[in-house]
Formats: sequence, structure tokens, C-alpha cells
Amino acid sequence: MTPRRGPVFVQRRTYRRRRTADGARMLPILGAILFAIPLLWRGGGEAGQPAADLAATARTAWVMGYLFVVWLGLVVLSGVVSRFLRPEDDDPDDDPDAAAGGHGGR
Amino acid sequence: MVALNVLVLVCLLYVAFLFAVAFAADRAAMVGRGTWLRSPIIYTLSLSIYCTAWTFYGAVGFAARSGLEFVTIYLGPTLVMIGWWWTLRKMVRVGRSQRITSIADLISSRYGKSNALAVFVTLFAVIGLTPYIALQLQSVTLSFAIFAEADPAADAYPGEQSTAFLVAAGLAVFTIFFGTRNLDANERHHGVVMAIALEAVVKLFALLAVGVFVVWGLSGGLGETLARIDASPIARWEVPGSRWVGLTLLAGAAFICLPRMFQVMVVENENEEHLRMASWAFPAYLMLMILFVVPIAVVGLEMLPAGSNPDLFVLSLPLMNGQEGLAILSFLGGFSSATSMVIVAAIAVSTMVSNHIVMPIWLWFTGGSAVVSGDVRTVALLARRLSIVFVLFLGYIYFRLSGGGEALAAIGLISFAGMAQFLPALMGGLFWRGATRAGALTGLGLGFVIWLYCLFLPSFGPSGILPQALFDEGLFGLSWLRPRALFGAEGMDPVMHAVMWSLLLNAGSFIAVSLVSLPKPIERLQGAQFVNVFRHSATPGSWSGGLARSEDLLIMAQRIMGAAEAQAMFAKAARGQGIAGYLPEPTPDFLQTLERALSGSVGAATAHAMISQIVGRATVSVEDLMAVADETAQIMEYSSRLEAKTEEQARTARQLREANEKLTQISVQKDAFLSQVSHELRTPMTSIRAFSEILRDSDELSERERNKYASIILEEATRLTRLLDDLLDLSVLENGQVKLHAETGRLSELIERAISASGVKDRIKIRRRREAEKVTLHTDLDRLAQVFINLISNAAKYCDADEPVLTIRPQLDGDRLTVDFIDNGSGIPTDQHAVIFEKFSRVGQARAGGAGLGLAICREIMGNLGGDITYLPGQDGAGFRVSLPVPEVAVQAAQ
Repeated sequence: MTPRRGPVFVQRRTYRRRRTADGARMLPILGAILFAIPLLWRGGGEAGQPAADLAATARTAWVMGYLFVVWLGLVVLSGVVSRFLRPEDDDPDDDPDAAAGGHGGR
Repeated sequence: MVALNVLVLVCLLYVAFLFAVAFAADRAAMVGRGTWLRSPIIYTLSLSIYCTAWTFYGAVGFAARSGLEFVTIYLGPTLVMIGWWWTLRKMVRVGRSQRITSIADLISSRYGKSNALAVFVTLFAVIGLTPYIALQLQSVTLSFAIFAEADPAADAYPGEQSTAFLVAAGLAVFTIFFGTRNLDANERHHGVVMAIALEAVVKLFALLAVGVFVVWGLSGGLGETLARIDASPIARWEVPGSRWVGLTLLAGAAFICLPRMFQVMVVENENEEHLRMASWAFPAYLMLMILFVVPIAVVGLEMLPAGSNPDLFVLSLPLMNGQEGLAILSFLGGFSSATSMVIVAAIAVSTMVSNHIVMPIWLWFTGGSAVVSGDVRTVALLARRLSIVFVLFLGYIYFRLSGGGEALAAIGLISFAGMAQFLPALMGGLFWRGATRAGALTGLGLGFVIWLYCLFLPSFGPSGILPQALFDEGLFGLSWLRPRALFGAEGMDPVMHAVMWSLLLNAGSFIAVSLVSLPKPIERLQGAQFVNVFRHSATPGSWSGGLARSEDLLIMAQRIMGAAEAQAMFAKAARGQGIAGYLPEPTPDFLQTLERALSGSVGAATAHAMISQIVGRATVSVEDLMAVADETAQIMEYSSRLEAKTEEQARTARQLREANEKLTQISVQKDAFLSQVSHELRTPMTSIRAFSEILRDSDELSERERNKYASIILEEATRLTRLLDDLLDLSVLENGQVKLHAETGRLSELIERAISASGVKDRIKIRRRREAEKVTLHTDLDRLAQVFINLISNAAKYCDADEPVLTIRPQLDGDRLTVDFIDNGSGIPTDQHAVIFEKFSRVGQARAGGAGLGLAICREIMGNLGGDITYLPGQDGAGFRVSLPVPEVAVQAAQ
């Protein structure tokens, strides 16, 4: 471990920038969770049963609608976040890999 | 009904249009126009080769068979794309900074430029891609067949096999034409990218058009369509959780690992910033692409007779309802999806095959020496072309063998599962410094074997390649080795079963072996550069070399990159170091740059091997170790800076020594010349004096004798005059007092004139390139002819070959004309290069007559004409390059 780390407090702009990058990293996780939610809706019923008890189970049409709404939301979010993301090569502390780099070397 | 002929015609017209677009884009890129070719929109659209015919036809079939499950294939890439800040950005940065040409190159570079790894990944990719290419051929064939069925006069339909063959052959031609035009994979294929971007628009538009037609034309509106979905066999949401999550992961992994995706995403990437737009635009594209898939599947299931192939609903629905235009559009969409995928995949795989398999073997066969003469580029290009044909042929063979009977989705998933095996080695390589070559090899090998055994070979059917007994009883009769129930995991979905075991064991063994094995220094160095790419963008050098090798390096680089580019690169590097000419100091920086440039043509592993042949073993310097070991960074940085300074001082000292040597040499030459000039002046003077005395003093000379003596006097006087003329000429040129008489003339005539004026035709054979000589010049032709004459007669005088040959090679390079004069003698030794253009200098101490002023005059003339004359090292014999600016008008006239 290096005793030398970046300063504890950084400028407001740098701080904002880093949190935007954090947001960008969180986006796929958010997406994965939202896309997995329909799995909770199965509402019983094995494959092959007649369509009569359709009301009791989740319907393809509903799930489809949900997926497309989530999808669109992700597209918009991703568009907004990527607009504000700026590369910061001059600021290596931004990169978690870089910060963790000290552990890798043997 | 649409006649098949019309369809074929439309198809051919479309292909011709694609050719035209690709050609125009290539041309625009070549002349430097068309910045829009490098826009983020084109990049995003080119990513759409993810949507192959499998998407266009197969998604509907997939939906008709198992409901919403098909969406997972597009959810995975969406998640990867919006997570670009994590993985894709790093991959693109690494790809650009290391000049990566393919995914095999990336993996091999990361693990110490290991060629074994590259070969393995390449073979794997070829095997994994073959079913996928077969799938594309199958889809085009099927769609042709459905039109043929509908056409009553379709006797001329050539049959499925020959359609597939024709399509494969056509694609091979297109790919070879636009994919192997330039050698350096980093130069990017603008034509191909433009064509696939266009195809991306066509297929999206086609699928949307069919969707709109189905929803509003056939179903009667949105509400009506939703009601139909509720009434259909796929109305209920009943996707197994394991498949939902598993397929999403698989698709995401394949999106990163597929060689063709890697090609468009990393290799063809112009600018890292393009990812910014692609991060939201590509998910949007995917969403639009599958927007109408469920409605089309539902309406198809309802309207078309039972038993019709759901993979072709996109085509058969419009056809059945008499919408011929729409059917053709839809056909073009499917055709676009299939062709664009095959083209890019063939380019990607052929690059890998030629760089990692053919080139190393060829280099090894030709003696393994990097310093023989001859051009490697033609071999590399030929290797790529043959690999393209080979890959497409393999796809065609698979198509014939598998009989084309399987559902499209099944084949696609097999290929995905195979390519996903690269994921542990790839991600481990990018994010974990402890990952080693041994680990990567073990993981990939194990994953490959399990994929082959559990998924690929069983895909040929129970009685295909694997016998039925194996399925029932397992390998060697061990029931826990059954391909569909490995380690007793019974009742799982076969695809999920194979993906789970192969990826688990792959990643597990990769990590385990990495933990216990010790990497070589170069592996650790590369690992640090990959993992910390955002900090080490300017990478430390790892070569050290001496001056004598620069010329060898140039010779090698000329073979691989082409003479002009290599010379330009060396000259630029030399200028950067403040040295004139073509031979820069082989500093670590320069060697690193050279290696990267070469790896663009032949792959990292080969480039590294070739350079180390010439320079010797790569040394891992203090600076490099510093990158590996971060802990004591500061102290080491200080000491390595000191070391770099010392090295720089040593280099400066060497340059000073060289300059000093040059000065001493010139001074020696000047002394020698003074005595030479006195000698040259005295000899004729002595004979003039002697003979004029004879003429004056003796009366009984015959007329003949008198004549003879007088002509000797005249001859000697002429020699004196010529010597004085030369000296005068030189001083006029040097002082810039010369008057130039600019005229217009043809280069070919000028060379002709120079050859006849030098009168050497019987002493040396002259080889010319008449075609390249068709250039119009506007300059002082007499002066230029003087330079040419000097060079030609020099060659005749000094070339020591048994059968002297002089090659005159003109070349137009933008607005500069260069004319190379190369003979086949032993050339000029390296230590003499610096002084041959100095006054009074003669190579090999007065071997032939002349005062050593010729080349000095040439240099002054060229300087006055705005051009230059330089010695061209690295040729078969002595080579001189005359370069001259040519005005724009003349260039156009020449073309």
C-alpha cells in the first residue's frame, strides 16, 4: 500500500465528474435488476396449461410493454449520463483499477 | 406473384449499389474527404452487424417457439453497451494504444505476446464461427426457396445447394475486394464499414415496415394486436428464470467476444468518443429492431397454415397477403443482415488466420530470417484472401453437412456459447494483473473441450458425429460424463447446461492456474499496461539497440509496410531526433513505435519476434519494472529518470562524436583535394608547357606531328577548363546567384536525354518504368538533366557488379516527385553516407578520375530547384533519391 493517496477533499467539479462516472457504472446494474423483475411475476402455472386462467398469470403483452418502457428509460438515461461524462486521464484516482493497482503487483 | 427472376435482378442491383457505395467511401477516405465517414452515427450503425439474419428471421421464429425468451439475446448487449464506461472504453483504449488487430491479437498481446495463445484463439474462432456463417447462408437460401415456391414458373430455380454456393462465392469476392485492399488492419476499411452501415439502415427499415404492415394492415390496430397476443399460444409469460438470466449473460458475453463485433467495435473504431453516442443509440437501435417481433410471430402463427416455418414469417406474411413490394423489401433486409455479418466475420477471421497462423509459418519456412530481401506484403495479402475463401468455404461445407434443417436460433446459440469462452481470459486480462498465460491457456482449453463435447458435437444430432450410446451411457461408460448431463446435472436445458459447465470450469481453472503460476517479465509488463491503460497510455519502452542495426530494421520494415511508408516513417523518426537521412537512432521509443506499426500488419507476436531477431532480446528496463511494481514508484522513477538522462547524454555524445568525425574527415579531404588540385592542375600544365616548347624550338617537325602535339595541348587545356568550370559552377550555385530557366517537359524525355548524353549505354544496363515516367515537369530542365547525367555516369563508373544494372524508378507521392537511381553494386558503406555529398569527397580514395565535385554540384542544383537529393540506404546497391516538388496542375495532367 502506498501511504500517498489523493487529497480527501477535491474540487466541486471534480467531485461531480466522479459521481457521474459512478452513475455510468451503476446503469447496467440498474438495468439488469429491472430486466429481471418480470421473473417475480410468474404467478404460478406451468407451461402448457390452457389460456383460460390467463388472468391469474402474467401476460406476454404486459411483460413486453414493461420491457420496452424500461428499455426506453435506459436509453434516455444512458444518453443523458454519457453527455455529462468526460474522460479524466489526468486524474488516475478516478479509476478504481488504478487505485487497486498496488495490490496486483507481486 | 413475384417472379424469381425479378427477385434475382433486384438482389443483383442491390449488391451493385453496395459495391458502388463501398467504392465511393473508400475513394473519399483515400483523398481525405468525407469526414462524415468517421462520424459516431456510422460507428453506431456498423455495430448493428450484431443483428444478423438470426435476428431478422430467427427472432420471429424464436418468439413463435418460446415466447418472450428471444428478448434476452438483445438485453445482454444493451446492458453491456450502457455499461461502456466499465469495459468497452477500456477495450477500445487498449486496442488503439497497442495497435490490436483482432481478439486473438488482444489476448496474445496481453499474455506476453504469446503466439501459442493466438493460434489457439484463432482456431477456436474459426470453428465457432463456421456454424454461424452456415446459418447466414441457410437463411438466404431459405428465403430464395420461399419465393421459388410461390413462383409458378420457377423451374429455373437452381436448388438450395447451388444458391448457397453462389451466395458464398459472391460474398468472398466482395470481402476480398474491399476487405483486403490495404494491409494494415489499423488503416480501417472505410468502404466495408460504410456498406454495413447502409445495410443496417435497410434491415431496420425493412423489419419496421413489415411490423407496421402486420400491426396496422393485418391486425387492425394496436389494441387489436394486443388482444391477438393474449389469444395466442404464447400469451403466457412462462420463461424459465435460469434461461432468462443465462441467455442474457451469454448474449452480453458474446457481444464482447465475437470476432466480428471486436472488429467493428475496437479495430474499426476511429475515435474513442464515438462510444459516447453508441452507448445510447445502439440500445435504441436494438429496441426498434425487435419492436414488432412478437406481433409478427403471433399473427404468423394465427394466419399461416400449421407447419409453416416460423423462421420465415417475416417473408411469408407479406407474400401470402399479396404485398410483393414489401416482401422484396423484407427479403433485402434479410439479405443485408446475412451479408454484412459474413463480410465482417470473414475479414476478422482472415486477419487472425493470416497474422497468427500463415505468416509465422511462412516466415519460418523462408529461413526464419527477417533480413532477406523481398516484399512480405504480397504474401500477407494473399494469405488473407485465401483465408477469406477458406472460411466461407468452411461455412458452406457445414451448411451442406448439417442439411440446413435446424432452427436458426439453435445454431446461433451454439456459436455464441463457443465465443463466450474468450470472456474469462479477456476480462481477466483487462482487469486483473495476476492473470497469466498458463491460466488463460488452461481456461480456454478446458472451456473449448467442454463446449465441443457438450454442445457443438451433439448439435449434429444423436446419430451424427457422437454415437447414441455416448448420450445414454457417457464417455467410457461413465455416466457422469454424459454430454447432456455432465457431473449428474440432469434435466437441464442443453444450452444452459453446456454454458454453465464450460464457463464455470473455464473461469475456475483460469483463476486457479493464474494464482499458482509465475508470469514472465514481459507478461507482467503487458499486464500492467493493459490493466492500467488509462495511466500508462504513454508506455515505457522495452528495447535497446545500437546504430548498426538501423539499416537492417529499415530493410525489414520495407518488406512488411512497403518501401515508401517505411522510408517515410524512418525519415520522420530521424527528423524527430534531429538527424538527416533515413536512419534514426534505434532508441527504445523508436523501436516501440516500429513494433506497433509492424504489428498492425502482421500481429503483435510476429512483430515482436521479428524485431527481437534484429535488435537482440528485449530488455525489461528499470522504467518498465516500475510500471509493474508500483510500491516504490517514486524512488524508482527518480533513478530511472537519471538513467534515461544518462542514456540521452550518451546519445548526444555519440552525435557530437559523429559530427566531429565528419569535420575531421572533411578537413582531411580538403587537404587531400588541395594536393589533388595542384596535381590535377600541374599535370596538364606540365604537358602543355613541354609540348609548346617542342613546337617552338624544333623546326623539322612533320605536319602530322605538329598536329598531334597541338591537339594534346588543346585536350589538356580543355581538361583544365572543365575543372575550373566545375569549381566556378559550384561557387555560383552555393552563393545562390544562379539563374534558373523554368521550362515544361516530360520526365520520360528528360531521362532519355540524360541517358544518351551520359553515353554509358554499352557499359551498364538501364531498367526503366515507362508508365511511371509519364509526368509533366515545370522546372529548369537543363539543370535537372545535369543531375540525372551525373547520377547515371556515376553508376556506370562505380558500380562493381559483373553485369551492372541501373534501375530508374520515378514515383509520384502527392505533390512530390521522387526519382530513385539504384544500381546493383556493393553500395556505399554506412560511414561514408554522411560525406558523399560534400565537396571533394570521393568514395574509396580516387578510384576513378574526377575531382569529387559531381554530387556536391547535384546537391546544390536540387537545393536551388526546391528539391533534394539523398542517399537511399537499404537497397541492393547504391541508391540515390532525387525528390522534387511538382505543382498541382502537373499532377493532374499526369493522371
